[in-house]
Amino acid sequence: MVIVGGEVVFNTAHLPESWKLDTYVMHGGYTALRKVLTEPMSAEAIIAEVKKSALRGRGGAGFPTGLKWSFMPRHYQGEKYLVCNSDEGEPGTFKDRDILMLNPHALIEGMAIAAYAMGVKRGYNYIHGEIWHAYERMEAALEEARAAGFLGSNILGTDFCFDLFNHHGYGAYICGEETALLESIEGKKGQPRFKPPFPASFGLYGKPTTINNTETFASIPYIIREGGQKFLELGKPNNGGTKIFSVSGHVNKPGNYEIHMGTPFAELLEMAGGIRGGRTFKACIPGGSSTPVLPADIMMQCTMDYDSIAKAGSALGAGSVIIMDDTVCMVKALERLSYFYFEESCGQCTPCREGTGWLYRVVHRIEHGQGREEDLALLDDVAHNIGGRTICALGDAAAAPVQAMLKHYRHEFEYHIEHGNCMV
Amino acid sequence: MLEIEIDGKKINTPAGGTIMDAANQVGIYIPHFCYHKKLSIAANCRMCLVQVEKAAKPLPACATPVTDGMKVMTRSEYAIKAQKGVMEFLLINHPLDCPICDQGGECSLQDLAVGYGGSQARYQEVKRVVTEKDLGPLVATDMTRCIYCTRCVRFGQEIAGIMEMGQIGRGEHSEIMPFISRTIDSELSGNIIDLCPVGALTSKPFRYTARSWELSRRRSVSPHDGLGSNLVVQVKNGRVMRVLPLENEAINECWLPDRDRFSYEGLNSPERLTRPMIKQEGVWREVDWQVALEAAANGIRDIRQHGENPLGGLASPHQTLEELYLFQKLLRGLGSRAVDARPRQTDFSRDGAQCGALWLGMPIADLNHLDRVLLIGSRLRQEQPLIAHRLRVAVRHGARFMLINPIDDELLMPVTHKAIVPPQAMVQHLAGVLVALAAKSGKAVPEGLVAGLSGIEPDSVAQAMAEELMSGERKAVLLGNLALHHSAWGDVHTLALAIAQMSGATLGILSEAANSVGAWVAGAVPSGQGDMSFADMVDSPRKAYLVLGLEPELDSHDPAKTLAALKKAGLVIGLAAWKPAQADWADILLPIAPFSETAGAFVNMEGRVQSFHGAAMPLQEARPAWKVLRVLGTMLGLSGFDYDDVDSVRRALLPTGDLPDGALSNGLSSLRFDGVVMTEGLTRVGDVPPYRTDALVRRAEVLQRTDGVFASAHPDVLAGIGIVSGAHVRVRQNDAVCDVVLTADTQLAPHCVRVAAGVAEYAGLGAMMGAISVERVS
Amino acid sequence: MLTPASLVQIDREIAKYPHDQRQSAVMSALRVAQVEKGWLSPELIEFVAQYLGMPAIAVYEVATFYNMYDTQPVGKYKITLCTNISCMLMGAPEIATYLKQRLECEFGETTGDGAFTLKEGECMGACCDAPLCTVNNHRMETGLTREKVDQLIDALKLEKN
Ligand SMILES: Cc1cc2nc3c(=O)[nH]c(=O)nc-3n(C[C@H](O)[C@H](O)[C@H](O)COP(=O)(O)O)c2cc1C
Ligand code: SF4
Ligand code: FES
Repeated sequence: MVIVGGEVVFNTAHLPESWKLDTYVMHGGYTALRKVLTEPMSAEAIIAEVKKSALRGRGGAGFPTGLKWSFMPRHYQGEKYLVCNSDEGEPGTFKDRDILMLNPHALIEGMAIAAYAMGVKRGYNYIHGEIWHAYERMEAALEEARAAGFLGSNILGTDFCFDLFNHHGYGAYICGEETALLESIEGKKGQPRFKPPFPASFGLYGKPTTINNTETFASIPYIIREGGQKFLELGKPNNGGTKIFSVSGHVNKPGNYEIHMGTPFAELLEMAGGIRGGRTFKACIPGGSSTPVLPADIMMQCTMDYDSIAKAGSALGAGSVIIMDDTVCMVKALERLSYFYFEESCGQCTPCREGTGWLYRVVHRIEHGQGREEDLALLDDVAHNIGGRTICALGDAAAAPVQAMLKHYRHEFEYHIEHGNCMV
Repeated sequence: MLEIEIDGKKINTPAGGTIMDAANQVGIYIPHFCYHKKLSIAANCRMCLVQVEKAAKPLPACATPVTDGMKVMTRSEYAIKAQKGVMEFLLINHPLDCPICDQGGECSLQDLAVGYGGSQARYQEVKRVVTEKDLGPLVATDMTRCIYCTRCVRFGQEIAGIMEMGQIGRGEHSEIMPFISRTIDSELSGNIIDLCPVGALTSKPFRYTARSWELSRRRSVSPHDGLGSNLVVQVKNGRVMRVLPLENEAINECWLPDRDRFSYEGLNSPERLTRPMIKQEGVWREVDWQVALEAAANGIRDIRQHGENPLGGLASPHQTLEELYLFQKLLRGLGSRAVDARPRQTDFSRDGAQCGALWLGMPIADLNHLDRVLLIGSRLRQEQPLIAHRLRVAVRHGARFMLINPIDDELLMPVTHKAIVPPQAMVQHLAGVLVALAAKSGKAVPEGLVAGLSGIEPDSVAQAMAEELMSGERKAVLLGNLALHHSAWGDVHTLALAIAQMSGATLGILSEAANSVGAWVAGAVPSGQGDMSFADMVDSPRKAYLVLGLEPELDSHDPAKTLAALKKAGLVIGLAAWKPAQADWADILLPIAPFSETAGAFVNMEGRVQSFHGAAMPLQEARPAWKVLRVLGTMLGLSGFDYDDVDSVRRALLPTGDLPDGALSNGLSSLRFDGVVMTEGLTRVGDVPPYRTDALVRRAEVLQRTDGVFASAHPDVLAGIGIVSGAHVRVRQNDAVCDVVLTADTQLAPHCVRVAAGVAEYAGLGAMMGAISVERVS
Repeated sequence: MLTPASLVQIDREIAKYPHDQRQSAVMSALRVAQVEKGWLSPELIEFVAQYLGMPAIAVYEVATFYNMYDTQPVGKYKITLCTNISCMLMGAPEIATYLKQRLECEFGETTGDGAFTLKEGECMGACCDAPLCTVNNHRMETGLTREKVDQLIDALKLEKN
C-alpha cells in the first residue's frame, strides 16, 4: 500500500505512529481548534473561511462545504447533530479508511471545529462495516482526544462542549447515502429518505444535522490554521485544496495519493507507477464505480479536478481512480458493476429494485453468450427509466455505468452478442 | 395560500401540502400505489411521477411540497413516459394471474396497467417468486404479487400501533413479512387487506368465494361496539360474502376492526334459527309462524293478569332502535314495567339519578385532540379498537394517558400513570384522585361525597393523576366496560363525574354495544320509580319473559342467576337469530333477522342515529324483529302497532330523525358516595373477549380461531393454592362451579382471577365481577 | 441469553446515543450477539429486540439488511471474498476458484465439517490491497495469492483443532 501525503490530510502520514495524539499535536495538531476557541473566531468567520477555501465535499457530490454549513439553522432551540460519513463503500474508494488509520485526529479536530461553527454538541462518525481495524483505531483516538480535553465538556477550558461517537456499519453500501446513514444510526435498515426535507432541517432523530465526508472534515484544520486562501491556492478556483485519489486496478503502485487539485491525470498515473506489466492503458473510471467510464485517450487529457472531469463526461466523485488495461473485457466489467448495484439496492423504490436486476440479468446474458440484438437498446432504455426517478442517487449510479459503457465500448457488446464470446 | 397550476388549472392550495394534496383538492387523479392519505409518505412506488416546470427530473407528486407559482403537468408526454416506465418495472416481476387473483376487478395495479402498461413484455428474464407467509386465519398471502409499497408495514407502525409486518432483506431479495413464523394478531389486522393495492394480501375467509363484480353492495352499520363503524355489506345470491369499511371520517375513518369485518361469517352460520320452534314436554318442534305466534300471544294473555309486572323483558343492546322501541312498547302496553337492555350491568343504584342516555360526552373525532385522558375500567383494545387508535393518535401528539384498571393491558402507547388494582380498589383509587384534586385545587368536593371520602388517603399515583388532570386544555375521563360492569358502577360513575367536574374534564362513557345509547332513547330501560331493572327481574323472577336477541347464558352479568330465573318462569319467549347455545331456557323461539337482513338504526356513543337497510333477504323463515313485535302487539290487541314500515316506527320515536335535546347526559341529579366497601378474598374479573361480545360474533368461527387465553390469575393466587401456571382448577361462585385451566398472568391485579364472560365453556358461572374461589383438582 | 461481558459491551454502545434512542444500538447489539453466538438465531433476535425495546420484526429487518449479519448458521470461519471491480481486476476470480477448490464448497455454502463458510462480498473499502477477504467480519486478509490462501486456510484449520 502506497500513501503519498500532501500538505493537508496526509501531511503526517509518513511518521511512525502517525495516528497517535502526541504525533499529531507535535505537528501542529489541535492548534486550529485552539485558535477557534481561544481567539475566539466567530461562527460566521469560520464558515466564511471555509467558503473562501472552495472546499467541496469529498464524499462524491462535491457540494461546497461552507455553503452546506450555512444551511444549519442558527437559532434552533434543541439538539443539533454533526455526522461524519466514513462509510466509503463505493468500489474503488479507500481513502477514508486511511484517514481513520493514519490521521484520525485531523478528523476529530475538523469535526470539533465544525460543531463549534454550527452550534452542535453531539456528533457521530459512521464507519464502513468491513474495516473493523479502522473502527478500533478510531475508538482509541476518541479516547485519547477525550482524555486530553479535546472532546467532552468545556473543551480547552471554554464553555464549548462537543462529544463524538463512532457508529459501526455492518455491510450496506447504501448507508453511504447520507439519509440512509441517518436511518442506520437510528437503528433502522438503511433506506434513504425522500428529500426535502433535507438533513439541515430534518436529520438525525428528526433534528437539524450536517453530514460531511471524512476527508472533508479532515481538511478543516488546515483551512483554519493556514487560511482559506492558502487552501484554495493549493488547487484551482472552484476546486480548492489537495485531494486524495485512491488509485486501484492495473497500476504498479496502487494507493492513496494526496495531490493538488488540477494535477494532470498523466502525472497521477505516473506517480502510481504506470500501467502494470507495461501493458496498454485502456480505460479509467475516474471517481468510483458510479461515475461514467472514460477511455484512456480522453482520460489522459484531463486534469484531476471537478471541472475537468465533468467536462470530459464523467465526474470526480470521491476521487476513486480505477485503472483498466487492455486485458479487460468491458462486458465483464459492466456485469460486475451491475451486479453490485443489484445487490446493494435498498429495495424501496420500484425503478431501482426492479431495474437493477433487469440490467444485471441482461448484461449477464450478454457476457454468457446469450445476448440478443435488441438488448443494447433495451439496456439503454431501462437505464434511462431508472435514472432520475428514484429516491436516492443509487438509481443514477446504477444507470451511469451502463450508459457510459455502451457509449464508449458499444462495439465490445455488439461483438459479444454476435459471437457469443469476448473480443479481448 | 399558494397559487399553483396543475394541468393548466389554477389552484389555491395551503402551504405545506404536496402536489398530490393539491391535485386531490380539485379532483385530478394522479396514479399511485404507496401513497395513502392516512399513512406517512413513503414515496417508494414512484408511480405518481409528474412533470414540474423547471425541475430537472420527474418528481413524485405524493412527496413533493407545493411552492408558489409551481406549474405541474400530470399528463404531459414527459410525465406519462415516466409513469409508464415505473409501470413496466412494477409488472416485470408481477405474476400474470389476474384471472385467479382475488383482487381482480378491484386491483389498482390491474386498473393502472390497462392505462399505462406496454403492450408487449420486454422483460424476458426469470421472474421472482416469493414464498407465502402464514399470517393467521384472517389474511391470505400471495407475496409474489407484492409491489413493496409498504402500506401494510406503515399501517402497523402508525395505525395499529404495533409493527407486525416489515420489509426484510434488501433490493430485489426483500420480502414483506412478519417476524419469522409469527402471525398478524392486531385487532385491526384486516385493514391491511384493504390497504394492499394488489392481490398480495387478501381476505382468507372471502378467498375464492366470489368475484368482486358479482357482488351487490349495501351500506350498513356495525352491530357490535358502540362506535358504529360504517360498513359496506357485499352480497351474492342473498348471502353476505364480505364486509368492508365505508369511509366515515367522523367515526371509523377508513378502518374496520376485525370484529366488524369478519363477524359476517356468523350470518351464514348453520346455527341460524330459521323456523319458529316450540318446546313441548321438553322436546323442540319446528312449527309455522302462525302456530308459534298464537302460542306466544296466548301464553302472554294467560299470565298478564298475574300480579304486578308478570312479564319481564330482557333485551340485547345490539338490537335496532326500532326493535327496542317496539319491545318496550309491547311490554308497557301489556302493563309490565319490567324491561331492560343492559344485561351485563349489575349495579343499578343510580338509575333514578341518571339524567339521560350515557354517552361519550363529545364527538368521537374529538378524542384525537385530547391532551389528558383518564381511562377507567376498560380493556380498550378489545372493547373499542378504533377508540384505542384515536387515543394513540392523541398520545402521539403529546397527550398524557392514565389508566385505572384491574388489567395492565398492552395498549401500544405510553401510559403516564397507572393504577392496576382489583375492582374494589379501583373505587378507592378514584376516591383518592378526587381527594387529591380537591386538596390541590382548593375546591370543595360535592356535599354527598364528603362522608364517603373521609379517611381516604390518596397514594402517590392518585396524587400524580390529580396533578396531570389539573393541567392541560382538552381533558376527558372515560369509562369502559369493566367500569360499566363493575359491582359498584354507581360509585365509579359518581366519582368519575366528580373528578371530571372538578378538573374541567369531559366525562365520557364508551358505550359497550352498537345500540346502548339507542336502548335508553327507545325506552328499553327502567324509566322511573317502580320499574324493574335487569337485576330486579333476575333477583325476583317473573312469571314469564320475553327475550330479545339476548343469549342470557352468555350475555348477562350473572348467567347462573339469570338462567335460574328463566327456568322458574312459566313461559319464556325468545326472539333470536341463532339457536341458543343452551336452548333449555326458552319455551318458544321466534326466528328474527340479524342486522344484515333488516332495516333499522343504531345510535352510537356520540349520539349519532345511523340508519341502514337490509343488505339481504331474511334467511328462510326468519323475520325482522320489528315485524314480529308488530304482529304480536296487534294480536294482543294493543293499539299503536299498525306501522307501515320501519321508518314510521323510527319516526314515532324520533320525529326529527335525530335525538331530542337533552337525550344524552352523563350527569347525575344527585351525587352520593357512601365509602368503599373492601371485601376479602378473590375477585373475578369477567371481561368479555373481543369475539364473544354478542351472538353474531360468537358464530364467526374464523374469529374464534384468533382468540387467546380466557382464564388466568395473578401469580400470587396460583402460588397461594400451590399450583403452577396451566394447571386445572375448579372455580366456584356460590353454587356455580366450573373447571378451568388457569395460567399465570402478571398483568392482572393481585387477588384477581380472570374468567372471561361470554364464553360457552364458563357459561354456568356467576357474576362477572364478583367473589370467586379457586380450588385445586386432583 | 448473552454473557455479562457481551451485555456490558451492548450497554456501552447504548450509552453512545440519547437516552430515548436505545434502538440506535441495535447494529452493535446484533454484532456483539453474533460474535458471541456465531449467528443470529430467531431467539437471539428476539432477545435483542426485548433488550432494546424494539419490535422483533424491526430487529429482523436490520439483521437481514446488512450483509455482515448471519441469520443462518455459518461455519466457525466465515471467509468473505471481495469480488468487486478493483479486486476483480486484480485476480479475485482466480482466488475465488481456488478458495472453492480448497474448501470444496461454493459461495454461500458451508464446508461439511462446519469449519468454513464461503461468501462473496462487495467492496470493502481497501481496493489498493486487492484481492482481499475478511475472516469472521473483523479480520482482513489482503493481497491474496494462492500461497496466501493456503497459509490462511491451514492456519485456521490448525486453530480450529
Ligand atoms: C449511493 C450513494 C453512496 C454514497 N456513499 C458515500 C460514501 O461512502 N461516503 C461519502 O462520504 N459519501 C457518500 N455518498 C454521498 C453522501 O450522500 C453525501 O453527499 C456526502 O456524505 C456528503 O458529504 P460531503 O459534502 O462532505 O461530500 C453517497 C451517495 C450515494 C447516493
Ligand atoms: S434508488 Fe435504490 S437504493 Fe436509493 S432509495 Fe431507491 S431503491 Fe433504495
Ligand atoms: S404514490 Fe408517490 S411514490 Fe408512490
